[in-house]
Amino acid sequence: MNYNWNWGIFWQPSPEGTGTYLDMLLSGLQWTLATAAFAWVLALLLGSIVGVVRTLPSRWGGRLATAYVEFFRNIPLLVQLFLWFFVLPELLPRGAGLWLKQLPNAPFWTASVGLGFYMSARVAEQVRAGIGALPRGQAMAGRALGLTTAQVYVYVLLPMAYRIILPPLTSEFLNTIKNTSVALTIGLLELTGRARSMQEFSFQVFEAFTAATILYLLVNAVVVLGMRFLERRVAVPGYFAGK
Amino acid sequence: MLGGFDFDVIWRSLPYLFFEGMRFTVMLTALATAGGVVLGTLIALMRLSGLPLLPQIAALYANLMRSLPFVLVIFWFYFLIPYIGQWITGASRPIAVGAFASALITFTLFEAAYFSEIMRAGIQSIPRGQVAAGYALGLTYWQVMGYIVLPQAFRNMLPVLLTQTIILFQDTSLVYVISITDFLGAASKVAQRDGRLVEMYLFAALVYFVISFAASQVVKRLQSNTAIVAGH
Amino acid sequence: MIEIKHVSKAYGTMPVLKDCSTNVAKGEVVVVCGPSGSGKSTLIKCVNGLEPFQAGDIVLDGTSLSAKDTNLPKLRARVGMVFQHFELFPHLRVIDNLCLAQQKVLDRTRADAEARAMKLLDRVGLTAHAQKYPGQLSGGQQQRVAIARALAMNPIVMLFDEPTSALDPEMVNEVLDVMVELAREGMTMMVVTHEMGFARKVADRVIFMDKGEIVEDATKADFFDKPRSERAQLFLSKILHN
Repeated sequence: MNYNWNWGIFWQPSPEGTGTYLDMLLSGLQWTLATAAFAWVLALLLGSIVGVVRTLPSRWGGRLATAYVEFFRNIPLLVQLFLWFFVLPELLPRGAGLWLKQLPNAPFWTASVGLGFYMSARVAEQVRAGIGALPRGQAMAGRALGLTTAQVYVYVLLPMAYRIILPPLTSEFLNTIKNTSVALTIGLLELTGRARSMQEFSFQVFEAFTAATILYLLVNAVVVLGMRFLERRVAVPGYFAGK
Repeated sequence: MLGGFDFDVIWRSLPYLFFEGMRFTVMLTALATAGGVVLGTLIALMRLSGLPLLPQIAALYANLMRSLPFVLVIFWFYFLIPYIGQWITGASRPIAVGAFASALITFTLFEAAYFSEIMRAGIQSIPRGQVAAGYALGLTYWQVMGYIVLPQAFRNMLPVLLTQTIILFQDTSLVYVISITDFLGAASKVAQRDGRLVEMYLFAALVYFVISFAASQVVKRLQSNTAIVAGH
Repeated sequence: MIEIKHVSKAYGTMPVLKDCSTNVAKGEVVVVCGPSGSGKSTLIKCVNGLEPFQAGDIVLDGTSLSAKDTNLPKLRARVGMVFQHFELFPHLRVIDNLCLAQQKVLDRTRADAEARAMKLLDRVGLTAHAQKYPGQLSGGQQQRVAIARALAMNPIVMLFDEPTSALDPEMVNEVLDVMVELAREGMTMMVVTHEMGFARKVADRVIFMDKGEIVEDATKADFFDKPRSERAQLFLSKILHN
């Protein structure tokens, strides 16, 4: 096999002049995590609203929410990112479009917002399922006490619904992290893209991608452990089997 | 905003978009699904077998594939396959594999991990009594699997398998990162050549939406039909 | 206090309540009984507006439920309801279950709400469990907490929807005792139940429902000794044999 292994490549300076190849990968990891965090917060906010709307009796609200979910689920993420990055600035009035195109870190903001909307549709489905899994009597008991619909959702339904959907939400968060890699196509300097750059500069293909793989697996493990800790902390005594 | 929207560029490039781009996308989706389901079923069977080592290998494979971004896996196979080809055939340098073959191998192997989880759930949902009855009749393991368990598991999981296929269909757009011309790639090429990004990307989004939405509605119809049958 | 006037309700094309009319005066204890599917649970859920109805009206302490300007949440705050499956909020401690609506609906301070809550828990015999979560209590204890939760709102009338049907037999009496006390203190109560012993003890009137209609509406004595309708007689003979 004519491949020259060189595991020492990580400590050699990258041609970009900003440090070693390892620094390059770690900076990519930072961008991955920052994008994922921003997108996830956005996804939780929007997804919760849409998910709640889908459980309300309003007909038009339900239709709008369904259209929202169907739109973001049936278009590939890559295409959605292209729409945000290339198409949106052209459709806006000239001033706004120009501002968008000249925004510093435009790929980061585009990727975060685009990924946030994409994942919000999936969060919406989870929130809807979580609320639907609760006994009908809970909402009735809340209303019987004189709580308004908003109060019933905030104090009675959502606290339990979120606990129920913690496991699938964890999966979606992990998906968010993985999906940041798609944004390398619009210039986000995230981990996978940096590994690819490292491969292009140094020709050490397998070292570069192995490092990226290990980093993703580490992040994965940390998130899973963190979520398990969170699950145990918010578990309601006597409700779930176990704690 | 819509002043100057160039419908003509879409109209002119339709043959290229569909006969080159969409053809690639559909072929990749169909073949990767077929290969992925077969391989995924094998992996599921490995995972559920009581044999030494096989379950662990299968679990490791499925978990690894599902923990990594698809884009990273695409890069891995893009560079790895020529070297594996060299190793298998004993050639003197890495074998250059065609774009389609590379994509097909990558997609089949990646999606197989997801299909294996679906098939595993399907196989486990078949009551143990079915398997016992098969063995009691003197059938071998492969006969029990082939004639009794897998047909039922497959039919039960069909909606979920089809949903995963729709996901696969959308994932094909990622071949963009290794510059392969699928439907999105074709739209992108036209967009950049003619300077018409807005029109081409909007059109691409529309086409993906229509196909995915229609397919998911078919799956929903299928689900309600099988639900009625299971009712009695 | 409660006037039910010609109330009819249907789920789609299926009728569940047919022209039901009755009254509950202040301080009265009315028991509603009947076979499954007779509409008794639905009727009681209409009284505090949890279930909508298509025809007729219900007037609670002078306020009509179907009037356009009626503030339903505020009205519900004055009506206490106890559910068959307790419906305590599992993620809140017992004390918080009692304080939530007091603070959010009645705008009481936390200190005031807690003081009232502890008094009520004392009344139902559960002060030791104030800091526990509902999942850590038995069914009978949960239902007593549910009664305290409803009482914390200082309701003018208490509605009970089969309060003991989901309880193991040995816990039924601890809940019924609380309800008997409540009745003796003069609370206006409307109780859907199969427990005829309770009815005999404290009910003023008994309403018998069958297939969505009010078939009998008599004083306790009249109902048990001389039921007029055949369906009520049949029902009584079956229930009292068990």
